[in-house]
Amino acid sequence: MSILILAEHDGKHIKQSTRQAVTAAGAWQLPIHLLVIGANTAEIAAQAAGIAGVAKVLQADADHFAHPLAEDVSALLVQLGKDYKAILSAHTAFSKSVLPRVAALLDVGMVSDAISITAPATYVRPIYAGNVLATVESSDAIQVVTIRATSFVAAADGGSAEVAATASPAATGLSRWVKEDKNVSDRPELSSARVVVSGGRSLAERFNELLEPLAHRFGGALGATRAAVDAGFAPNDIQVGQTGTIVAPELYFAIGISGAMQHLAGMKDSKIIVAINHDPDAPIFQYADYGLVANLFDAVPELTQALNQ
Amino acid sequence: MKVLVAVKHVVDYNIKPRVKADGSDVDIAGVKLSINPFDEIAVEEAIRLKERGIATEVVAVTIGKTNSQDSLRHALAMGADKAVLIETDVEMQPLAVAKLLRSVIEREQPGLIILGKQAIDDDLGQTGQMLAALINAGQGTFASVIDVKGDEIEVTREVDGGTDVVALKLPAVVTTDLRLNEPRFIKLPALMMAKKKPIETIKAAELGIDINPRLKQHKVADPEARKPGIKVANVAELVEKLRLAEVL
Repeated sequence: MSILILAEHDGKHIKQSTRQAVTAAGAWQLPIHLLVIGANTAEIAAQAAGIAGVAKVLQADADHFAHPLAEDVSALLVQLGKDYKAILSAHTAFSKSVLPRVAALLDVGMVSDAISITAPATYVRPIYAGNVLATVESSDAIQVVTIRATSFVAAADGGSAEVAATASPAATGLSRWVKEDKNVSDRPELSSARVVVSGGRSLAERFNELLEPLAHRFGGALGATRAAVDAGFAPNDIQVGQTGTIVAPELYFAIGISGAMQHLAGMKDSKIIVAINHDPDAPIFQYADYGLVANLFDAVPELTQALNQ
Repeated sequence: MKVLVAVKHVVDYNIKPRVKADGSDVDIAGVKLSINPFDEIAVEEAIRLKERGIATEVVAVTIGKTNSQDSLRHALAMGADKAVLIETDVEMQPLAVAKLLRSVIEREQPGLIILGKQAIDDDLGQTGQMLAALINAGQGTFASVIDVKGDEIEVTREVDGGTDVVALKLPAVVTTDLRLNEPRFIKLPALMMAKKKPIETIKAAELGIDINPRLKQHKVADPEARKPGIKVANVAELVEKLRLAEVL
């Protein structure tokens, strides 16, 4: 038996979260296979084969996988998955859509967002917006699991796995890709950035003006609260929290963020948290390693300037 | 077209849950419960489809203990036409919920099924996708905009790094992102009227469907508390501390 990981890529690179899933899969001490799906995936498959710890790369190259849809990807995974002990992926939007569908088709339960694998079928996962950690055991013959990428270190290069082409079932015809609107930025991906600079609604129209120079100083990513997103000051895909992205960077700046439970769920495992807020009673200060009570509009530019000296 | 919405009765989002002393589970005795926020958005979207003449009837369904009726009343007060409670004391996990929902769908034959993208208690986010698999339908997860066009529905999805749009053949399953809409405020008369609307109750045990939990919960625990931090007096001191912490 082996472990199958649904790999993710952006057409050029294997995602960091897939490397983190490879580390998580080590818990089983079984051969690890990576499934690379797409159109023209030769280079991605080669990268996947180079990840340390990967025994085999399955390459599913098909025209209809140029924009892979959950319906089609799960049809492929169900076909392959019956021979595996576990089907695993990082807890990303893509895998969150695909893996539950696979689990249902295999008639097995599923574990979402595991932060550790304590035994081959026993997992720790956060519930209630990360306020509680539950230890659960799955009794199913095939384990279907997404892992929280930030809880595992990324597997490095150094492997030399074989690459094998795998036949893909035809498109199901249930769904059709129409278009996408991805925010292109030269910043690192939010979920894997070393530094995240996040802001709340109180920054208003000056959200970017204040936060971008600070993020730039670190080569870090921008984050936001739901309120900042809802008010239109920041794009939705940088929302940090229970329903947005979960981050655990080395350094997290919470600027003008009160610290609602739903936001804390997405960042409280950051190594160092810095909070800047004018309200001394804001709950965020209970979580911050370093708190500064100050007017954001003065303190943030001052901080950026001090750091750039 | 009939629209079916699935709702879950959960611990209110404002409440910080407590772990029972024996670590067996979260203590929800006496805690305020309400409709899962994502499901409220699902109900709102269904009602809007009805107001636009696209949906003809909105059916709200929940699965759980008797008190789950409260979330159905909430859905009825928002404007759902009828409600179904599948009653069980068994701990409900997504695969079992999806199977029970399938039985309602076979009977009701909805053209569209809307669910929340996740419940804020278990945070699993699986039920909609599992249901779509079981009824062999297309799925539009994390929807922020939906647009019914003839026998298709276009769903704008919130995904990592932006949005994408998929077109699904109807009947389809859609799960809601927070961005989809702003649920309406319920006025008192609507609440009173909702008390008169019937709720059909079905015993899960009588449906002959395997709903045993697949995941066994061994224990729950509080996450490790962060060690208390300090407040700095000014920006210069903050920079100094960060320098000492070697994160600059």
